[in-house]
Amino acid sequence: MIEPKEVFDISLTVNGERLTRRVQVRTNLADFLRHDLELTGTHVGCEHGVCGACTVTLNGKIVRSCLMFAVQADNCEVQTIEGLSRSGVIKDLQDAFVQHNGVQCGFCTPGMLAAAHALLQQGPLPSRERIRDFLSGNYCRCTGYQAIVDSVQAAANQRARSSMP
Amino acid sequence: MSARETLAARQISRDDSLVGRSIVRPNIRRHTEGGGHFVDDIKLPRMVHVAFLRSPHAHARIVSIDSNAAARMPGVIHVATGKDIAAISKPYVGVLRHMEGLRSPPQYPMAVDVARWQGEPVVAVVAESRAQAEDAIQRVDVGWEVLPAAVNMEKALDPSEPVIHESYGSNLCYRQIVDTGGVDEAFAQAHLVVEDTVNIGRQTGVPLEPRGLIAAYNAADRELTVYHSYQSAHLMQGTLATCFSMEERQIRVIVPDVGGGFGIKIHTYGDEVAACALAIILNRPVKFIADRFESFQSDIHARDHRVRGKLALDREGNILALEIDDLTGIGPYSMHPRSSSIELLEVVLFTGGNYKHKLYRARGTVVFQNKNCMCQYRGVGHPVAFAAMEHLVDQAALKLGIDPAEMRRRNLISDDAYPYTSPSKTRFEILSHQKCLTQLLKLMEYDDLRKEQAKLRKRGIHYGIGLASFFELTNPSPLIYGMGGARIGTVESCTIRLDAGGQIVVHTAICELGQGAETIVAQIAADAVGVELSSVKVISGVDTLSGPTGSGAWASRQTGTVGEAVLQAGLTLRKNILDVAAVVLQTSEEKLDIINGSVVMKDGKRGGNVSLLELARIAYYRGNELPSTCEPLFMATHQFRIKDYDFVFSNGAAGCLLEVDPETGFIDLLKIWCVDDCGRAINPKLVDEQIRGGMAQGIGPALLEHCIYDDQGQLLTCTMADYLLPMSLDVPDIEVHHVQTLTKTSALGAKGIGEAGASAPPGAIMNAVNDALRPFNAKVTRQPITPEVVLEALGKISQVSSVSRQA
Amino acid sequence: MKAPRFSYARPDTIAEAIALLTRFGEDARVLAGGQSLVPMLNLRIAAPSILVDINQISALNGLTVEAEKVHVGALTRHAHIESSTDVSKYLPLLALAMPHIAHPAIRTRGTFGGSCALADPAAEIPACSVALDATFVLAGPNGERRVPAQDFFQGALTTALKSDELLTGVEFPKSKPGYAAAFGELTRRKGDYAIVGVAAHGFISQARLSDLRIVIFGASDRPVRARHLESELEGKEASSECIRRAATALDADVEPRDDLHATGETRRYLTRTLASRVLSDLMKVGVS
Repeated sequence: MIEPKEVFDISLTVNGERLTRRVQVRTNLADFLRHDLELTGTHVGCEHGVCGACTVTLNGKIVRSCLMFAVQADNCEVQTIEGLSRSGVIKDLQDAFVQHNGVQCGFCTPGMLAAAHALLQQGPLPSRERIRDFLSGNYCRCTGYQAIVDSVQAAANQRARSSMP
Repeated sequence: MSARETLAARQISRDDSLVGRSIVRPNIRRHTEGGGHFVDDIKLPRMVHVAFLRSPHAHARIVSIDSNAAARMPGVIHVATGKDIAAISKPYVGVLRHMEGLRSPPQYPMAVDVARWQGEPVVAVVAESRAQAEDAIQRVDVGWEVLPAAVNMEKALDPSEPVIHESYGSNLCYRQIVDTGGVDEAFAQAHLVVEDTVNIGRQTGVPLEPRGLIAAYNAADRELTVYHSYQSAHLMQGTLATCFSMEERQIRVIVPDVGGGFGIKIHTYGDEVAACALAIILNRPVKFIADRFESFQSDIHARDHRVRGKLALDREGNILALEIDDLTGIGPYSMHPRSSSIELLEVVLFTGGNYKHKLYRARGTVVFQNKNCMCQYRGVGHPVAFAAMEHLVDQAALKLGIDPAEMRRRNLISDDAYPYTSPSKTRFEILSHQKCLTQLLKLMEYDDLRKEQAKLRKRGIHYGIGLASFFELTNPSPLIYGMGGARIGTVESCTIRLDAGGQIVVHTAICELGQGAETIVAQIAADAVGVELSSVKVISGVDTLSGPTGSGAWASRQTGTVGEAVLQAGLTLRKNILDVAAVVLQTSEEKLDIINGSVVMKDGKRGGNVSLLELARIAYYRGNELPSTCEPLFMATHQFRIKDYDFVFSNGAAGCLLEVDPETGFIDLLKIWCVDDCGRAINPKLVDEQIRGGMAQGIGPALLEHCIYDDQGQLLTCTMADYLLPMSLDVPDIEVHHVQTLTKTSALGAKGIGEAGASAPPGAIMNAVNDALRPFNAKVTRQPITPEVVLEALGKISQVSSVSRQA
Repeated sequence: MKAPRFSYARPDTIAEAIALLTRFGEDARVLAGGQSLVPMLNLRIAAPSILVDINQISALNGLTVEAEKVHVGALTRHAHIESSTDVSKYLPLLALAMPHIAHPAIRTRGTFGGSCALADPAAEIPACSVALDATFVLAGPNGERRVPAQDFFQGALTTALKSDELLTGVEFPKSKPGYAAAFGELTRRKGDYAIVGVAAHGFISQARLSDLRIVIFGASDRPVRARHLESELEGKEASSECIRRAATALDADVEPRDDLHATGETRRYLTRTLASRVLSDLMKVGVS
């Protein structure tokens, strides 16, 4: 019989780095990333899974890190904004966010970039409507979203141009 | 124009000037890499966490508090009641002396004997982790005697309602009257009288980063350091000094990155003061980060106004007189230090302030109620004033058969009428309502849009077009708060220097909330001195210990006031640099200019150039090369305040297009246009973005956002799933154009823009919805305009839910 | 707010999960995608002492297409169903509904079984499963039992699941030739729970409707078959006008609730409006 426990030892890969940590099972992944690993680029805006600020990728797919427990990331691969940045895979999106002022206060930005990255992986040249639809789970309180949509669209156009023969 | 003014104008309007250009913000890349530095990202040694037990009742006496079980819970370090905190923190009072009759009793950081709103902090638990503090809170046993609650603002003054502060004898907080006289006569003689009541719901600001701070106390030196997600470090410094009877020099407030403010993070919150008190009591760092649930219950709310309005018109549609009666309920206390009467005051003073009529009467009433406190949030009163007035103007136009655009053309104050004093005695220096309206109609292709609308209407598609004219109080003088006794400054300072590395370092107290404030400082500094943007370093964040004194981000004031201080300090530094350059180049200062970081001869002669880097090297390292009479002063300081006017108003006009589905009551917002005039636009792109972001915060309350209470005073919208903020599909593309009518109150000529965007949508959207509903002879007057509100107007349902009727 | 303390177990098999549920009974909760349970924990609305995390049980994951039916494992993620060509081919109604569920990051993690076991009255998947006459497979200490969708949902957040049972999957009969599906919901914002929604499935031949299954969700405490409306339309040539008239029959089918977003009266009105629209869509799909 499996015995339920309050503390668990987990092994996972975060931003390409293999880690082993002992966690309280009630610690959510966002808090684990922020406070245990000090990867503070993942932000917490609601803890209800609504605002999207805590969006990270888990095994390559975007998830709300406030809506899962760190223990559930055992044996998984997590990418935070810090890892996405360092690997260079979202450099064009980051450039576009800077260029089009898709950032105001910066609090939604890491989650927004993770979501935008997931969108652009799904296919080239999404329409503005499609961008708005896909990003609808990520709140921004500063920009009114237009500059963010502009940023994502610009990065998508750039990718389409550079992939042309 | 003085020589200084001429120089200032030249420096910021040359062909190569950075001012006026949409410079990309140089310091935001870190945010795209997760490199932001917010309060919750900070860890201090021995830091502990606080959580609060908050009143579950709208109004209840605290009979007993048993925290024994809580104190024994794992990780718990300390449990404190309101009385414990009151023992070291004085109460504060949210009144301003210059607002006659305004009253509010002393407010303690936490409820002491009686809790007066659901969400008021009652017991604080400090533990090793936030989770442990929350565990322990569930074990605190509070004995409550539930008292009847005064919830409904319409009834708050009824003798049958419970009185929240007994000694006052009623729930009246403040009353404001304006009367030019002659109003009754005008209504008696009018060709047409239009009358209606507009209800604007309660909303809140919801910065994505919740409120939070870390307080650390150094008992040996009796110094308190606070890292605070806040819009004004110096304000908090003053507040804490008063609360703890300390000198301001004993308190240091540091504001790191702030994840949105919007007016939420500029008030005195009891939980924040209590967290600081706990740091003093425990002599170790205490972190308080509000969770979203408690944010909804304790971040200030705003709006919640009922405006009855009445317009008198002649046959041609000229407005002859306006009368309004505004009522608002502000919770149980007037908030410290700005007071909760300003929003109503601005409704009373500004309603109709963009129109020509001379006769005006207004009555404003502020009442106490057992709901969360209300105070100033982005737009302060303006959205209420413009929603009410723009609605009345449209209703009048409809009755008279005049197009809403034409109605405004006839009645808005002419652009050549300034300076202008409104019937409420508000002094406007220079505005451009007519010009903005004209440009807006062109931008919208208004006439074509009307034709398109008529065509679609025949096919059963119901487009609505709505207009709203607006203005905004910005760049306030000391008259707003300082003269009322609040420690809220209106002076801004800048110290600028040329350092030994050739860099221009700018130090101000500007508070960057994401507006791009630091970019604007850099642009102005670069132009004033004559260097490239890359040579300017703006010191980020505000620190009361090391930085200049300033007042922070509120009332759309930073660009106009900090910007002017930067411009003037930069011009002084430029002169100081040229003085040294003249010695080095053996010429006179008048013959020299600074271009792109180099001193050059104005007449273009070669051989006379010297870079600022070289001058700095000489001054700092090789002073021996200078004659002893030459004393370089590569540092300059300037302080600035607005003097000639009480406020510097900006203005604009907005239009919106939407579709109403008359079968479901759903509204699809299709497009918004805005022409604004904020004087000199230092960075037009950033102005656009302030308008767009502001408008999203005006669209929200017009259509979605609502703090809903039940009749027991329980807040029902405590999560982001219940309090509906606009998401990316809810905000359409917003086209922004600029008119630039410079203010003469500063050499920079910049007026504010930060809040203007939030002011227009409630009026423009309500007018557009009513425009769409015209064929059905229906209208809405209540916001948020939910599908249910539309269906009720259309007679498809008998009434909206009781909670929606709150507004 | 942080989740309260709990103990956590992560079984690898259905049997282990059931053993844990049997042992801890009401004190235990199953953790699947967690997209509704974790917010409830984070708000301290739910405080189970044991969480049984079923995410490692591979037997619960995935779609299986059989001769007559499609089996959807309880742990199959929304995103997987949304992008499945089998689902769009054999269960077109479900394919129409999936994009309406919350937002992409939620659909990565949220599970089919989790949505059913939660039984939110305004959720899309329960409504589709009633409309498609699905069968719920429940495993317990005494083996498996099968419950028709109609009987599985017993009220708001209430299902036929016993505390020692695990929902292992849902079986759908494959959509047959001549059948069409239509789906619609009214939400305040994209991704929100529906004020009211309609899932419809039926056979259309020469503009006549038959074997109709119309399910209303968001209006009552569970997804409900609109039986009066179904019988009103059965065998009829369904013009828009006819549908609109028939929609009044819905008043006998739903007993709508009040909440923050709408009164029961509003819901009743919107149910009629939306049902008319969805059924018109159904006719269009059927004809094309």
